[in-house]
Amino acid sequence: MQFFRAAMRHPQFHVGAKDMVGVSLGVAAWGLVTGVAMVKTGLSVPLALLMSLVVFAGSAQLAAIPLMAVNAPMWVIWATALCVNLRFVIFSAQWRPFFMQFTRSRRVLLGYFTGDLTYVLFMKRFAEAREDEGQIEYFLGGTSVNWAAWQIPSIVGILLADVIPTQWGLGFAGVLALLGLTYAMVSDRSTAFAAVVAGAAAVAAFALPFHLHIVVAIAAAICVGLMIDGGGDAGRRIRNILAGIAPRMKAEPGTREAKAA
Amino acid sequence: MNSLDAFITIVGLTAITVVTRAFFLFSDRELVLPDWVQRGLRYAPLAALAAVIVPEVVMTQGHLIDTWRDARLYAVAAASVYFFWRRGILGTILTGMAVLIPLKLWLGW
Repeated sequence: MQFFRAAMRHPQFHVGAKDMVGVSLGVAAWGLVTGVAMVKTGLSVPLALLMSLVVFAGSAQLAAIPLMAVNAPMWVIWATALCVNLRFVIFSAQWRPFFMQFTRSRRVLLGYFTGDLTYVLFMKRFAEAREDEGQIEYFLGGTSVNWAAWQIPSIVGILLADVIPTQWGLGFAGVLALLGLTYAMVSDRSTAFAAVVAGAAAVAAFALPFHLHIVVAIAAAICVGLMIDGGGDAGRRIRNILAGIAPRMKAEPGTREAKAA
Repeated sequence: MNSLDAFITIVGLTAITVVTRAFFLFSDRELVLPDWVQRGLRYAPLAALAAVIVPEVVMTQGHLIDTWRDARLYAVAAASVYFFWRRGILGTILTGMAVLIPLKLWLGW
């Protein structure tokens, strides 16, 4: 708590919070709909509140709720949540250099709060770990807003499940927030192409159990990406095609991608 | 699902959140990934987000939609145009919802 209070006084805490406010409308709408969905599919109010407050993973909750409603075996629900959350395993490798200054328990606590939006906003802003930029303060500012923007509407949704209209498609605001952030992360042609492949693979593999389509999509994108990077003939041809269709899109200097290239 | 089962399921889901989000944060030893893994992982974040978003836009009940009368398509198109024009996330969300809600409520798309 002392650690958190000290961070709150840092100017970067406010910058992080402000950046997150820009996307929090999407988070809030998504949280509201998740809250409503938990109660509408038969979870009692206390259990729904518990789920919202401790699980804190919107996409995994939305995948688990219908399975809980039909009394699916527990291991099926857990396997599904694991597949949906697998992307966080990859993200955690990228959080590591930024968090290594802390003890294990604090690293794990910080890791628990890393959602999609915190990840995208943070990684867009900081290319490498430095201790003089207020990175952790920025992280804590964004994370606080993200947590509140998710939990408050989610709790409202749980308590007012019967009166909140679901036919408006409010939950789509969360998808739109992720869409905008995904666009903002595109910095070169090959990652954009790999993302398109991933989207197509996710749709093609959607019928797989446990939301394995997400795993298939990531694997497909990594394979295609490595192929483009590699020296083989197919990779060279894809590079040429990409250079032809999007000549204006270049990696900006200073980004992670530009350094990797 | 009875309350006890639901409770155990929720505890398990919490453990999954912690373990996945902190997966590479547990170890104190230096993490050395092979070069090809590091190069490959550069493609993973965007791919993961695309894998979550695209089915939410073009699928209904587990099937690819076969109609143009779907509000989500126009919402995403409008949101995309806004993003590449102005680059603001809030505007992207508002534009998309401003297209989605009328189409859903008035036309039932």
